[in-house]
Amino acid sequence: MKRLPTGGRIDRAAPRAFTWDGKALGGFKGDTLASALLANGIRIIGRSFKYHRPRGLYGAWSEEPNAIVDLAWKGEHDPNARSTLVDLQAGMAASGLNAWPSVAHDVYGLIDRFHRFIPAGFYYKTFKSPRWETFEGRIRQMAGLGTLRRSDDRRRYETRHAETDVLVVGAGPAGLAAARAAHAAGLRVILADDRAAWGGSLLWREGVIDDRAAADWVADTIAGLDGATLLPRTTVFGAYDHNAFGLLERRPSAADGWATERVWQVRARHVVLATGAIERPLVFPGNDRPGVMSAAAVLQYLREYGVLAGNRVVLVTNNDSAYETAHALIAAGARITIADARPELGAIARRAADHGIQVRANTVPVNTGGRHGLRWVDVAPRDNLAARERIPADVVAISGGWSPAVHLHSQAGGKLRWDAAEAAFLPEAARPGQHLAGAITGGTSLAEALEAGHHAGTVVASTFGRASAVLPPRAEPAAAPSPIAPLWFVPVPDQRQWIDFQNDVTLKDVALAARENYASVEHLKRYTTLGMANDQGKTSNVNGLAALAAFTGREIPEVGTTTFRPPFVPVSLGALAGMRHGRLYAPIRHLPSHADHLGNGAEMREYGGWLRPACYLRVGETVPQAIQREAASARQAAGLLDGSSLGKIEVQGADAAAFLNLLYYNELATLKPGRLRYCLLLRETGVVYDDGVVARLAPDRFLLSPSSSHTAGVLAMLRAWHQTEYPAMQVAFHDITAAWATYAISGPNARAILGRLATSIDISDAALPHMAIADGSIGGVPGRIARVSFTGERSYELSVPASHGAALWRHLLDLGARDGITLFGIEALSVLRAEKGFILIGTDTDGMTLPVDLGVTAPLRNKKVDFVGKRSLLTPDATRPDRRQFVGLLPADPRFVPAVGSHAIETADGKRRSIGWITTSCRSPALGRSIALGMIEAGRARIGETVELFHLGQTSRATITAPCHLDPAGERLHD
Amino acid sequence: MLLMPCPWCGPRDEPEFQFGGEPATRPIPAAEVSDQRWADYLYLRTNEKGFHRELWCHAGGCGQWFLVERDTVTHVIHRTLKPGEPA
Ligand SMILES: [Zn+2]
Repeated sequence: MKRLPTGGRIDRAAPRAFTWDGKALGGFKGDTLASALLANGIRIIGRSFKYHRPRGLYGAWSEEPNAIVDLAWKGEHDPNARSTLVDLQAGMAASGLNAWPSVAHDVYGLIDRFHRFIPAGFYYKTFKSPRWETFEGRIRQMAGLGTLRRSDDRRRYETRHAETDVLVVGAGPAGLAAARAAHAAGLRVILADDRAAWGGSLLWREGVIDDRAAADWVADTIAGLDGATLLPRTTVFGAYDHNAFGLLERRPSAADGWATERVWQVRARHVVLATGAIERPLVFPGNDRPGVMSAAAVLQYLREYGVLAGNRVVLVTNNDSAYETAHALIAAGARITIADARPELGAIARRAADHGIQVRANTVPVNTGGRHGLRWVDVAPRDNLAARERIPADVVAISGGWSPAVHLHSQAGGKLRWDAAEAAFLPEAARPGQHLAGAITGGTSLAEALEAGHHAGTVVASTFGRASAVLPPRAEPAAAPSPIAPLWFVPVPDQRQWIDFQNDVTLKDVALAARENYASVEHLKRYTTLGMANDQGKTSNVNGLAALAAFTGREIPEVGTTTFRPPFVPVSLGALAGMRHGRLYAPIRHLPSHADHLGNGAEMREYGGWLRPACYLRVGETVPQAIQREAASARQAAGLLDGSSLGKIEVQGADAAAFLNLLYYNELATLKPGRLRYCLLLRETGVVYDDGVVARLAPDRFLLSPSSSHTAGVLAMLRAWHQTEYPAMQVAFHDITAAWATYAISGPNARAILGRLATSIDISDAALPHMAIADGSIGGVPGRIARVSFTGERSYELSVPASHGAALWRHLLDLGARDGITLFGIEALSVLRAEKGFILIGTDTDGMTLPVDLGVTAPLRNKKVDFVGKRSLLTPDATRPDRRQFVGLLPADPRFVPAVGSHAIETADGKRRSIGWITTSCRSPALGRSIALGMIEAGRARIGETVELFHLGQTSRATITAPCHLDPAGERLHD
Repeated sequence: MLLMPCPWCGPRDEPEFQFGGEPATRPIPAAEVSDQRWADYLYLRTNEKGFHRELWCHAGGCGQWFLVERDTVTHVIHRTLKPGEPA
């Protein structure tokens, strides 16, 4: 193999230095990494996955099954770079995978000698016996392609969204003609092609279009697509419902700091699939030896990159397409022998013979050989395989026919049919909004491809009521080719014939699978791993199922094909994530006083999507110490809590009271304006969804306080019930959570501190008793004060517009300084509410918890109207006496805090059984001992009993109590 | 990814919507409904293959619930209806 002095699209004036396995090599601008490796005579680029067989280039583009490499460049690292898709850049460092010390000399290559002991299904069988664990370590060590570096992915990725009249996939002759026609009709066009250059097969096939060289026609056509979105180096990797598409755009030359890969999400009114076709390998003994290449790829390396893959080439084919490769190789100075599997020479073969090329009809390859590279190929008459003849060769160029690239059509739900004349699966019919043009519909001449593309463009235009303003492009009609003669494999026993090169699936493996009755193509795939390598069966799929058909005595259409699923080429997880990672993955909400919390030493943590103070650390203090100090201060003096994240939903309307009474478990019709009520909200299944305080601000106006993390869910639930069940009710909902800052002062000194606040609101107990709310001004701004307590202490909750929040926060701290006001965070609040036995939704409750389990039974008995979930509370299951009930637990050892999740164990008839578990536990500073809450079967009847607790092999004991551990009469609320 | 025609906003991408499942008529008065009937209302859906009626909510847009008639095999959306719109 060598680089020719002329030819190709490479720029010989722009050399590009790179390394391969540490060795310095050179290529040119316009090379792919693969073409540069080939030009440098690098024959072994990879090792197969299972047997570590040496692997060279088979293809030149996305169909390449072998040549994935480790690639480092500009501080970026790709452990699975597909060398045929990589634009060569100066300074790239590439190396081989799955080998040690290198792909050229791989000690694991010894594995190949034991291939008889690791047949298809080896892993399946190993899972069953003797024991997978016995082999797992060693298998995992050898398995895998590529090694991730333990550093962050430094590449930048972006996501773009687009909507268009027509997306044209593929910029070969058919796609360009379609884009040109649609564009000329005034449609919005996106043209995507996975190559760096436009033209598709015209980049490497000769042709004359509209009396110009094809390359000139391509350049003129692209120049004429003024205003269209042109996306070179862009693979359409997925087709989804209703013409949604995923596109991966590679931008290797993006400026520093810009995304090198972009995923486009495109919604297209129409799509033109002009995706072309992929050349199939031939299956014969020794067909995996480096130097056996796709005939089309050999032509591409020659015409696009000026690389002559071999000097002595044997071209093996069963169809006409490979003959262009033969003529081009001869013109470049190579010696050629053609072995045509078809019984007789057709017109194109006779023409080659007339040019002096040695062409043998009815001839197939039966073996290859040569250490460190291909040296010879044995051929024989198809009907007399023993009559072998050896031909020297450094490249065997093979063509087994063409598989139309139907992947996107199939992903979109399109059906395929087997066409015996073409020996290929073709799209049965276009999907709605989908148009097919060019080689995806089977073998087409250049003239036919142009015509089909133009037709597709005009059909799309006509659906918009437009006509295309250009004439169809013209090329000379070609003579019909001689038909293909399928050659699925060569019936030579004993020698291995490869179907899937990277995953080492051979003809024998398919035979074994058929023998073991894996006769479905989907089972074959999973049993043998056929088509599961990084090329996803682009070259192996049809050969594999044709072999399965032969071994099971069926026709190919009976066997069918596997379902194509996205992505068409591997897409990195980073590209799919785009910018949605790190801080932007799920943006966290900040409190109005965020900066003040930080200034006060807050340890900030996420609670329900908000960043809130867990506690405020003083110098030399641990987190548990801070929590205990804060909780104690709130009971002894006063505590200040930022409750701004608590949900606030306003409900207004003439029917607001009636509607909420239908939704909430608790009676709300009798709630008086200016008063609050603690309520549960149930699902229709009766399960407690949320709890919170409902305030009646006016006869027709309510304020709900859902849990921070349930605010959106409660709002959605209210809307759903209003719209779908009670649409006639006059009621409206509004989430005002972020508009208000809310602070709670709690503790025996709270009243004294509030007395110093400049407010128009009367905070006397007569005017503002426990569970009352009033509007007014606070420090000159409109605000609201509510008497509501999450701690069991006398508490006041102050709300002002969020923009005034930070100022009020600082003011309250100043006012409370002489009364020992202490900031407390969510963790101390959790201790305080646990002392009182107040539930925390989702912590003490789960998806089974009914209000009766929590001991809240009055509404079910007394409320007259129906409400959401009521009927579910009357079922036999809901009224079972042995339901788990919410109780308190006092550990026998007051210093021992049992873990949340500890099970309570009952022993009956010698058998141990869980009767429930602990949902909350902590050390209580008020009681000076450990306390817990939990859900225990028939727990209320067991109050006073001692139970055994079990957690991770440790046992302890606790006494069941009522949930409220402190001040059960609630006297502290009024102190 | 479906292209869902919201009856108020027009065609929008599927991620803007919340799926609400098959509509189930709430049996009333609930107190007089048998346990079995109530359980059916809560949990039993026809889950037909093919033509299907579903509730969807344009949660990321106008916030409105509407009825969708679509095919669960071909994913064709036949039509969408506002609540109360004659079927
Ligand atoms: Zn909408």
